[in-house]
Amino acid sequence: MKTHYNHNIDTNISITYVVANKKITLVAALGVTIGISIFIFMNSLGSGFVKKSNKTIFNNTPHIRVYKDDEISKSIITPKDSNSLVLISNPTVIPKSEQIVNPERIITLLRAQPEVTYVTPEIAVKVFYNSGMSQVSGDASGLEIAEASKMFNIKPSMIQGRMEDIETHSNGILLGVGIASKINAKTGDNISITSSKNITKVMKVVGIFKTNSSIVDKTKSYIGINAAQQLLGENANYITNIDVNVQDFNKAADYSAKFSALTNYKAEDWKAANSDQLNGFKMRGIIIFAMSLSILLVAGFGTYNILNMTITHRINDIAILKAMGFKGWDVIKIFVLQGTLIGLMGIAVGLLIGGVMVYFASKIYMGPDQGYFPIVLDYMVFINASLFGLVVCFFASYLPARKAANVDPVSILRK
Amino acid sequence: MTSDIILQANHIEKYFYDPEEFKVLNDISFSVKKGEFATLVGKSGSGKSTLLYILSTMDTDYKGELIIDGIMVTGKKQNELAALRNEKIGFVFQFHYLLNEFSCLQNIMIPALRLGNYSKKEIEERAYEKLKLLGLQDQALKTASKLSGGQQQRVAIARALINDPLIIMGDEPTGNLDSKNSDIVFDTFQMLAHEQNQTIIAVTHDNDFANKSDRIIEMMDGKIINCLKKK
Ligand SMILES: Nc1ncnc2c1ncn2[C@@H]1O[C@H](COP(=O)(O)OP(=O)(O)OP(=O)(O)O)[C@@H](O)[C@H]1O
Ligand SMILES: [Mg+2]
Repeated sequence: MKTHYNHNIDTNISITYVVANKKITLVAALGVTIGISIFIFMNSLGSGFVKKSNKTIFNNTPHIRVYKDDEISKSIITPKDSNSLVLISNPTVIPKSEQIVNPERIITLLRAQPEVTYVTPEIAVKVFYNSGMSQVSGDASGLEIAEASKMFNIKPSMIQGRMEDIETHSNGILLGVGIASKINAKTGDNISITSSKNITKVMKVVGIFKTNSSIVDKTKSYIGINAAQQLLGENANYITNIDVNVQDFNKAADYSAKFSALTNYKAEDWKAANSDQLNGFKMRGIIIFAMSLSILLVAGFGTYNILNMTITHRINDIAILKAMGFKGWDVIKIFVLQGTLIGLMGIAVGLLIGGVMVYFASKIYMGPDQGYFPIVLDYMVFINASLFGLVVCFFASYLPARKAANVDPVSILRK
Repeated sequence: MTSDIILQANHIEKYFYDPEEFKVLNDISFSVKKGEFATLVGKSGSGKSTLLYILSTMDTDYKGELIIDGIMVTGKKQNELAALRNEKIGFVFQFHYLLNEFSCLQNIMIPALRLGNYSKKEIEERAYEKLKLLGLQDQALKTASKLSGGQQQRVAIARALINDPLIIMGDEPTGNLDSKNSDIVFDTFQMLAHEQNQTIIAVTHDNDFANKSDRIIEMMDGKIINCLKKK
């Protein structure tokens, strides 16, 4: 048996071609670089948007909310035997209390779950804020401020007063800045609020907060649990929701099913609670991804054209290589490797430029309302960019290479 | 000289259909022996090149059969034919078809690097030998595009020799050469045939070149009309 050497002659030829036509190589690689940079920038912007919107959602929504779901009466009662009649009625909500029975037990149960980080009871009250003649409708949340602050980032959003005062003043209220300006209230003022049960209570404004969501700022206020119970005319055990945060909010949907089973109450994850808004975000994400992928595809067309050109230019080389015994597969390897080398160069520089662009954009401060430019360096974006870039370059060179592999040497060489 | 048959063509026929059906090759049968230096002559358009491309296994669109080195070549797959060409057939064209970005030495080494029967160092030494054979040892490291036409053609011949092929085929290999270079090529071919027992089949319009060879195969209108054996 003769020894056989593998001299990688295909690779050798490929590299020689890449080096020999520096200008063409650079132009093709530049196209890929631009495509990759834009892909990275746009998708990082997408990640930034998602991060910012999630933050906005979590200022107001816990990862999972446990509450008592409305029950709907059955609209059709089918008879057990043929002698009786079918009963049809309008489906209506069965009037029942929204109270969670024995909330302490459920809170203890939830706190014992390993994936749970914060648990806080909450009472949601629909209210009117009145001051003088002006009246604003909104939602007051009765909760334990210390735990809730960790969940909803209340403390960092305070712009007036002290959050903790709500614990010392039994009638203290923290107002969203939008409400405060509408009813012209400031810290230390007394305002009266009226609940949906038509109970009115005078409360003392102990602080004003400002989130990055103007809707929240225009409607939301925080009060003590007792104050909320009084506004609804309920006893000291009355709780409507239990808010839960978990370690990984992306897994909230899985946990909510588990918590439902555990507590026998409805556990709704943040995605379900905000599905309309999130569908909008999802569409935005898809559009960003599709656009950036199209830009990569355009870059791929650049590589495709340049490889086509190279192949036309080297048709004699291809014919003679085939005449000398190179197989179709060898020819494909030569040109796919050339395209891939161009792609790798373009991708490497593109990753760098994209990264630098994202880094500097993330340092742009857009003012106190928006904060920093919403863009994040996410390593997944870089991995995706490299993968898609490589796949695009592979096909951009494979298609012309396959054509080259099918060249009939006779038709070229007999000329 | 042994009398083994290295190449056998049986009833080869070929048609071209463009612009109209046209029989280029008509019932071609002949054989070439090992160590034979055969030339293929005939008027322009008689089908010499067409036949040679079939014999070289590059053109597979024909009727009849072709046997090379005892192997039935007709009907084999493209990849098998490529491997066979790489190992057993060296081809020279009227134009050199060198790879311009590579040095002469590299050009000559390419078929051997593809074959992989020797180490890189051995291949390089062998490539030098072939260059020397054709009087080009000084040009080894020059880029192919920087040589004169005659030098390029001789590099192309050296490249056809690198794998010590059983058969060397040439389509007017000296067509672009002056008489001095033409003589070098003839002497090389003769030496290869007579001393190394390699087989040469060359198309030529050069009567001197043909007359000096072992055997002249004359074609007319797609048929072999004469199969002169001189020795
Ligand atoms: N691809 C083709 N399609 C149609 N006809 C062809 C094709 N190639 C060659 N022919 C015709 O086939 C005939 C033989 O051509 P071939 O090239 O084999 O001639 P030749 O003997 O090599 O001539 P020359 O000495 O001029 O090189 C010619 O009439 C030519 O016009
Ligand atoms: Mg010809």
